[in-house]
Amino acid sequence: MMMEMERTISVLVKNRPRVLARIAGLFARRGFNIDSLAVSTTEDEAVSRMTVATTADPPTLAQIAKQVSKLHDVVQVIDHTNHKVVERELCLIKVHIDRSERPELISLCDVFRGDIVDIGNGSVMVQLVGDKDKIDAFVHVMQDYEIEEMVRSGKIVLDRGSSK
Amino acid sequence: MAQEMVKGAEALLRVFREENVDVFFGYPGGSVIPIYDALYDAEDIHGVLPRHEQGAAHAADGYARVTGKVGVCMATSGPGACNLVTGLATAYMDSIPIVAITGQVKTHLVGTDSFQEADVTGITIPITKHNYLIKDPHEIERFPDILREAFYLAKHGRPGPVLVDVPFDVSAGDVPWAERNIEALDGYEEPPVADSADIDRAADMIEAAERPVLMIGGGVVHSEASEEIIQLAEKTNIHVVHTLMAKGCFPESHELSMGMPGMHGMAYASYAIQHSDLLIVIGARFDDRITGDLERFAPDASVIHIDIDAAEIDKVRPATVGIQADAKAATRELIQAVSAREPGAWEEHLREIKKKHPLRYSDNDELMAPQFVVEKLYEVTGGKAIITTEVGQNQMWAAQYYPLEEPRKWCTSGGLGTMGYGHPAAIGAQVGRPDEIVVDIAGDGSIQMCMQELTTGTVEKLPYKIIILNNSFLGMVRQWQDMFFDKRYSGVDLTGNPDFVKLAEAHGAVGLRCGDRDKVVETLERAMEVDDVPVVVDFAVAKEENVFPMIPAGKSWDELIEAPVSDE
Repeated sequence: MMMEMERTISVLVKNRPRVLARIAGLFARRGFNIDSLAVSTTEDEAVSRMTVATTADPPTLAQIAKQVSKLHDVVQVIDHTNHKVVERELCLIKVHIDRSERPELISLCDVFRGDIVDIGNGSVMVQLVGDKDKIDAFVHVMQDYEIEEMVRSGKIVLDRGSSK
Repeated sequence: MAQEMVKGAEALLRVFREENVDVFFGYPGGSVIPIYDALYDAEDIHGVLPRHEQGAAHAADGYARVTGKVGVCMATSGPGACNLVTGLATAYMDSIPIVAITGQVKTHLVGTDSFQEADVTGITIPITKHNYLIKDPHEIERFPDILREAFYLAKHGRPGPVLVDVPFDVSAGDVPWAERNIEALDGYEEPPVADSADIDRAADMIEAAERPVLMIGGGVVHSEASEEIIQLAEKTNIHVVHTLMAKGCFPESHELSMGMPGMHGMAYASYAIQHSDLLIVIGARFDDRITGDLERFAPDASVIHIDIDAAEIDKVRPATVGIQADAKAATRELIQAVSAREPGAWEEHLREIKKKHPLRYSDNDELMAPQFVVEKLYEVTGGKAIITTEVGQNQMWAAQYYPLEEPRKWCTSGGLGTMGYGHPAAIGAQVGRPDEIVVDIAGDGSIQMCMQELTTGTVEKLPYKIIILNNSFLGMVRQWQDMFFDKRYSGVDLTGNPDFVKLAEAHGAVGLRCGDRDKVVETLERAMEVDDVPVVVDFAVAKEENVFPMIPAGKSWDELIEAPVSDE
């Protein structure tokens, strides 16, 4: 059995209507998982970048990359497996907390290099940037508090070093 | 100089002319009236009017398969476009180049649940190679080029259907006309070229193999590579099996032909694959109807896989050498690279196996065997007809008992398995090749799915023949119920079928009936004499005849069931 693990591909697509539906539909139709998805503009305004995290073994990932490459609106597919990358996610987490607990929370945020981005009566919102493991760890720690709401962006990834 | 502006509909017709579209299959409706209005004056473009949009899509498909050109179909927005869906899915599964033009509600109404609005580009994403909705200004500005792109994408690389959804105000309004420049089109690319190191490796593998088999698929049709396949087989003395899609690409009378393998293929074809040590696969995709249980499929074989679609290589069966290339070009290179090879013990063995396991059937029912009818059809037509099929037992008997010698004479829904395909496909085929005999080998179930197209055939004066192998059952499902569900014949009894002869006559076609073995030839000969309208021949055949050989779904070669030996 080959290793199923989380892998990340970046899909550069022409910035056109329905392109997200085409990619998402292809994943759904062929039974490929999407663990997370981030879509954004790029240095080229005609091109969008989709970062797709998926759980797959190597042949499945190769098949995903080839099927996605066939779509007319796809410019390039980058498989980041075994690449040296910078990987980031953004997490916003709102915890229900009273005034007396704030100092402890602030020191935890310092450890994780999180930022307090909003303080309300009885709640604090923390913003954290990092790779998936770091955010998982922080969310785990936050479970000691009452989490009111939480949102995480899909991961985004760039290969290290010059791409030229 | 100001850019020339033309009506959208006029731009469409101009691109049709550029692409040599002199006929299309289309059904009008509110959203395509501007296009039909432009067609009113276009004497060089003939619109065939089917009686259902599904017929338009299948006819365009049949036309494409027999001519090698892009088939064009058209429908109005909403229900019209939705009725194309089965035809587009059929073409997509078999990689058939079609351009579908659909009307759409006016651009400002798109997304408002307007009358006869359906999200046709959304619906057809998974069953088209690509599709376009001409809605935003930058799309309207590129309308002529988008149409050219649609034709280009449909036929280049791995072919397939492409849909262009054209709102009423785009076809009725003005668009800028741009001169044709194919190489500047979005998506234009040179065909992939085989890596010469891979070709050399493949040639080495062929030279080293003891039990090689060549398996060809639909890609050989699309790239017109039949001649090259014959040369390769003859140079290396390798036996050839063909998938259902490649029927006719290698002459079935050729001594190296091992016929079709798989679920209802020749026992010897499946045997050859299963015992081979090298499979050279060109333009085929290891469909489950070929492989059965993948784990046990050709266990000793290395695989050379040539396909224009990189995604097919390693998708199902990992390739030892995978070559992304056009079948014709790659086969040519392989012929150059490989040394001639003399037939050996393996080839001798295959010849014996082929002799020992011929197709067979019993004709001892009161009613004649359906296979007998197909055999007689072969005789009467001299094996020269273009054959279309419906889906089910009729399709498999056509594949088994009507051997073909050349490509583009075979229209069958292989991938999707669409009942109702064969009749409109016969219309498309007859329109595309008016001088050929075109025969739809049908069942009494399938033929009723697009029966209304008889009117189309009559109006267009198309003399194709429909041979109904009428067993008053949905035969293939009944066969599975017979073999795997304790003969619990559920939902398959077609007692109460219409009178097909009267039905034919009601449509202005000729209807004939035959239930007598001795009159089959005579009846077929009468059918062949009709040259101005379709002919329906209703053959009453044995009700419970099964298709053999059969490798049950998900099983392997060693579980192949051959036809029971006749007690006569």
